[in-house]
Amino acid sequence: MALRFEVLGRFNRARAAQLTLPHFACQTPLFMPVGTQGTIKGLTTDQLEEIGCQIILGNTYHLALRPTSELIDELGGLHKFMNWPRALLTDSGGFQMVSLLHLADITEKGVTFQSPVDGKPMLLTPEESIQIQNRIGADIIMALDDVVRTTITGPRIEEAMYRTLRWVDRCIAAHKRPHEQNLFGIVQGGLDPVLRDICVRGLVDRNLPGYAIGGLAGGEDKDSFWRVVAQCTAALPEDKPRYVMGVGYPLDIVVCSALGADMYDCVYPTRTARFGTALVPEGVLKLKHNAMVNDTRPIDPTCACMVCKNYTRAYIHCLVTKDAMGSQLLSYHNLYYMLQLSRNLHSSIVEGRFVCDFLQKMFPKGDVPEWVCNAMDVAGIDISSCCSS
Amino acid sequence: MKFAVKALSSGKARAGVVHLGSCPSSIETPCLLLSTRKGLPIFISPDLLSSLPSPDSNLLQFSPLHFSEGPSPKTISSIGGLHQMVGLHEYGFAAVARDSIQCLPECGSTNKTGASFETPCGRRLIKPVEYMEMITSMKPNLWATLADEVPAWANNKRNKTSVDRTVKWLDECIARSPAGGAVFGSIVGGSNIEERKRCAQEVAVRNVSGYWIGGFGLGESMEERPSLLNAVTDNLPKDWPRMICGLGLPEEVLQGVAAGVDLFDSAYIYHLTIGGFALTFPLDRTEKIDYNYQLSDQGSDRTKINLRATVYRKDATPIVEDCCCYTCQNHTKAYINHLLNVHEMLAQILLEIHNTHHYLGFFRSIREAIKEGCFEQFQKKFVQSRREHLAADVVSV
Repeated sequence: MALRFEVLGRFNRARAAQLTLPHFACQTPLFMPVGTQGTIKGLTTDQLEEIGCQIILGNTYHLALRPTSELIDELGGLHKFMNWPRALLTDSGGFQMVSLLHLADITEKGVTFQSPVDGKPMLLTPEESIQIQNRIGADIIMALDDVVRTTITGPRIEEAMYRTLRWVDRCIAAHKRPHEQNLFGIVQGGLDPVLRDICVRGLVDRNLPGYAIGGLAGGEDKDSFWRVVAQCTAALPEDKPRYVMGVGYPLDIVVCSALGADMYDCVYPTRTARFGTALVPEGVLKLKHNAMVNDTRPIDPTCACMVCKNYTRAYIHCLVTKDAMGSQLLSYHNLYYMLQLSRNLHSSIVEGRFVCDFLQKMFPKGDVPEWVCNAMDVAGIDISSCCSS
Repeated sequence: MKFAVKALSSGKARAGVVHLGSCPSSIETPCLLLSTRKGLPIFISPDLLSSLPSPDSNLLQFSPLHFSEGPSPKTISSIGGLHQMVGLHEYGFAAVARDSIQCLPECGSTNKTGASFETPCGRRLIKPVEYMEMITSMKPNLWATLADEVPAWANNKRNKTSVDRTVKWLDECIARSPAGGAVFGSIVGGSNIEERKRCAQEVAVRNVSGYWIGGFGLGESMEERPSLLNAVTDNLPKDWPRMICGLGLPEEVLQGVAAGVDLFDSAYIYHLTIGGFALTFPLDRTEKIDYNYQLSDQGSDRTKINLRATVYRKDATPIVEDCCCYTCQNHTKAYINHLLNVHEMLAQILLEIHNTHHYLGFFRSIREAIKEGCFEQFQKKFVQSRREHLAADVVSV
């Protein structure tokens, strides 16, 4: 174990905590920007520190391809390679393989796939995934899981859940740096509460430093999504961090935090920036729209970021989708927005107020979606002041 | 705008000082105007701009044509002008219709009503009235009048027409000149010495605050350029600043300085950056020429390196060892090599920072040489040492 997790405040199931990792002491709930290939697209490490980024996620699959984990290791690890002084997390590589590659196939041995470089058949085993992640050197590493989309039904889900447990043991055995890197296990089991329960208990038995809830954020309906998160957070240990992988939209993060999750990652803020969309308290703002051509207001008048303090929607409109600077400025704002959301969640849980502010701004007419109301019910949070009905 | 010549070297090269209202400090000349797209650097975001040497890096150039698809002049006015719109209140902006990167003069389509340019939004014809409307709304510190630039191979008739037109448009622009903002009269004349002289003389008697020398970097040779430049500058009053467009390479800049030009734009940094190149030529004027052939110099011309080369995959050193730019202080050649290989935008950001920093250093060396009265030797030595490197490479390969 190479982390400390200390809960500083609670609001029913929601927790605000300090997560101390080898490279940085983080405050949760937190959002992790995705730096796929050893960089957040278009931003420098200085800017990331400036906006309060605490942990960045790196994709093992991409880094193992280029520049290779051996090279990263030789140059002193990913922190040194990209000159990021704060925390890093790497995923196992499994998800990318399954989602990006044709003919990726999962067997008990591992994930077999065609090398995107030369088409040769290759195999990513739990051992290999951990070795690669050991070389990259992130503060948190993920066990290789057998991930199945929640939109699939049938025996495959049960098979994947049990395999995930067997693979976690192989990951633990292969892990060479447990005092510097924290191995998180990933809860699978699709949308089946029985399977999820078995998986949670199996992982908790292994006494890992932290746990992730995987297999979500893949197209399942919101009602199923929150119920899985609620079940898992209720069963996972109180004193360890809980990471919901691939989440996501600001509303989803607020709901999951209300239910007791701590960490999130998603490409959404940076990806949507490159398509000209800004995140704002009311939802999204499409800067590409012709309505923005002569709009001299800032993107978000309540936002304190450099972009909102200096630029009008009209100016950003003329940049987006045409100039690299447009992507940069919007990515900067969107990440600032997500990190500010994290900070607000942390402080509002500590101060004993929570959620209503956010929902009121996003749903000024009081039309809060039903799934959110149901989830807040289970979380024990009274949002009647935000709902019109 | 205030300008004063402070030192001369070898007759025509001058070191001076320009002061613009919005900039807190004066800027020494000869100086480099940084290229922008819509008022911001192409890759360096505004919060990283301040990491470049100041006040050297405080002069930016843009073309009003960058905004031909919006925001409208009315909107820009209501925001308060370009400085407000791009959030760079303490920077100086120079407006020139031509920008050597993406607003290229298209003389075949230019006619008596306006100048034509190839832009990212297609071909645009801009008339003096429209041009002045944009200038008035943007409020740059200084701006060049609309010019009809022709390439070096234009025939005499076309060339002569371009001079007549440019002078006519100069008068139309001045008539609509907004209060505030220094007018730079445009001078053309192609590769014809007589036309160059004639245009310069015409513009010299107009009520302008400086001169913008156009029509260079459009096909004239290195050999013919000095006499064309001199044909212009010999006929301009010494006390007003001279700005030029299209002399981007170091050797070309030196030619401009030798002829008495003070302000330069350059597409060099942009082209280096998108090509994956980083400038490495020595800035220290006392450095001896080093002929040691090193493995990492393979394929390089010792003025720049191409960071895409596999030889840099594991190179954990900065681009230039004692460079104090953000890139060299924070990142390695190996990291930039990786970013280039995976097509990440951060590569261009880091390269534009380093290349700009390095090129600003080059201009600083020029100013020092002028102040010490040895510009001519500096120019000779610089040009010669680059040729000798090439010769040495030929021998050693």
